[in-house]
Amino acid sequence: MTGTEIARDRKAAVSARALSKTFGQGEFAVTALDSVELDIFENEFFTLLGPSGCGKTTLLRLIAGFELPTHGSIALQGQDITDKPPHRRPINTVFQNYALFPHMTVAENIGFGLRMLGKPAAEIRQTTERMLALVQLEAMAGRRMDQLSGGQQQRVALARALAPAPKVLLLDEPLAALDLKLRKNMQLELKSLQAETGITFVFVTHDQEEALTMSDRIAVMKSGKILQTGTPRDIYDRPTHRFVADFIGDINILEGTLEHTDGDLARVRLKDGTRVSAHLGTASARSGEVSVAIRPENVRLAGAAEAPTLTGVLETIVYFGAATNLHLRLGTGEEIVVRNPGAVDEGRYQPGATIGAVLQPELIRVLE
Amino acid sequence: MSDREAQTALAAAIAQNRRNERLTRAWLLAPALTLILAISILPLAITVVYSFLTPGTYGGVTWEFSTDSYVQFLFQRDIFDDSLVFNSAYVSIFLRSIGLALGATLGALILGFPTAYFIATKPREQRNIWLFLITLPFWTNLLIRTYAMLLIIRDEGLINIMLMKAGIISSPLTILYTDTAVFIGLIYSFLPFMVLPIYASLEKLDFSLVEAGYDLYANRLKVLFHVIVPLAKPGIVAGCILVFIPGLGAYITPELLGGGKKLMIGNMIAMQFGASRNWPFGSAAALILMALVILVLLANALAARKGASRNG
Repeated sequence: MTGTEIARDRKAAVSARALSKTFGQGEFAVTALDSVELDIFENEFFTLLGPSGCGKTTLLRLIAGFELPTHGSIALQGQDITDKPPHRRPINTVFQNYALFPHMTVAENIGFGLRMLGKPAAEIRQTTERMLALVQLEAMAGRRMDQLSGGQQQRVALARALAPAPKVLLLDEPLAALDLKLRKNMQLELKSLQAETGITFVFVTHDQEEALTMSDRIAVMKSGKILQTGTPRDIYDRPTHRFVADFIGDINILEGTLEHTDGDLARVRLKDGTRVSAHLGTASARSGEVSVAIRPENVRLAGAAEAPTLTGVLETIVYFGAATNLHLRLGTGEEIVVRNPGAVDEGRYQPGATIGAVLQPELIRVLE
Repeated sequence: MSDREAQTALAAAIAQNRRNERLTRAWLLAPALTLILAISILPLAITVVYSFLTPGTYGGVTWEFSTDSYVQFLFQRDIFDDSLVFNSAYVSIFLRSIGLALGATLGALILGFPTAYFIATKPREQRNIWLFLITLPFWTNLLIRTYAMLLIIRDEGLINIMLMKAGIISSPLTILYTDTAVFIGLIYSFLPFMVLPIYASLEKLDFSLVEAGYDLYANRLKVLFHVIVPLAKPGIVAGCILVFIPGLGAYITPELLGGGKKLMIGNMIAMQFGASRNWPFGSAAALILMALVILVLLANALAARKGASRNG
């Protein structure tokens, strides 16, 4: 079952309608978010992915209520919360720098939200203990923040945000400050925590690998707009925009002319005259100049008896253990990368040699 | 030269070197030590000595040991039979001073905290302007400023004229030469000492903690008392001490705005060196005031250590 199918029979946890945010005024105005339409479904691990300055953190802060939108509205489970202050939204945040209260112990930090909600002491104690167990910090309950490692602080921040059982948990690049190994562990832990608690997670990151690993669905953002929303596979295998294709993983992009369309299939004449068929997807172009994209792993070296789709001169060979990248310079001046699983025969594939490549036709996409 | 001789020579050289170092250090410290001795320790020593002498008839002291000054603080000697009777006059002046100083500290805190918060939340480049405005009064002599305050609060002063013109009151409010006037004057004089340390601690405050507070269901008031105030506590404590101590010993403000009728410790001490011509008693009162201040600082230090050990 793919993410899209999961989404279809789910209610929206968070919906944004025509959501815009402009900072500053007049000629200094900066549009951080530009008419964003978004539905994040219940019990979903949703990731906002994009480079710094793309508006993903602004979107998160609007959902949390730290900023008010310039236009548009936000609803939580169908109820409008656009004008509600953060303390009246059942949404909690794991901050990028954790923002743990330095004058409180681990247990006091975790119990803070429930205390502010006026819950009875016994309930606060019980929930705090459960949260401490959930993030495996039982032994640290009485510690102060400066006595914790980065990873432990991360867990406290997580437990503190989960303790009041929010409807939605927002995570603002929470793993950015951790070292690689710890980050990999926390990725898996976050994922299982989300499944365990059943809370909707909205995760902000600029790390495409992190997004692909953890998410049920991803929204790729650029310059205040959402370019594409979909499952990790949608995003990776069926990118709709050049930016999305480029931002996530490696991709070959070739220019060509769209000659003919038939349903989802399009016939594109590449610059060297080669005709390939490509999937249109959501691309609106029906004629004229287009770009087509294909992942390096979907291009293979042509066998001896095989007719190559494209031929080019081998420029560099980059070997990195599991695979080898061969960079070919085509006659048109364009470059194409072929990813060959494992090593290649170095006697045959020498820089300067003319080499044929086969593009798997079903994996070529027309970009917006 | 045998090993033994070499060792002895080395030891002697090291000892010589150490002596030289000690000498150099003494010479380097001498100016600072002299200064501290001359302007801090010596006057204090004179005060202590004077407090145990007998007052001279026309001011000054006669060199005769006596503890009368300290006795006089609490008791009055009966003129007929020399028996001691408790006298609350001076104690009540002390208590009044403490009360006024505490009140002024509280007032300065109530006014100073929002001011400091306001400045700390301004964009960085604007903060210096605001801080400059806070310290601006220091550019004028306190005496002059207090006279200016007198003009504002007197019966025909700015406040009364404005209130009467606005029709809020029909006859002028008597503020001048009351405790209220002293209270207002003290707050005005020492407010910057409250604002600056609180600003210093708020400026370091990570405002994402405030957001975290809001995020975790705390409203503005709860965020203030559960997040901001605890984190600004060092600045608040420092500000309170900086206002309370000079407020307790204030002289000019109660003299001018209190009209000299309502005495504070500072005026009472000054009087002993002037009209009353009782230098030993003045010295003793000054030392009692100092002991009081040391007690306050000690209490604060103890509280801070307790806090630190709990945190540690």
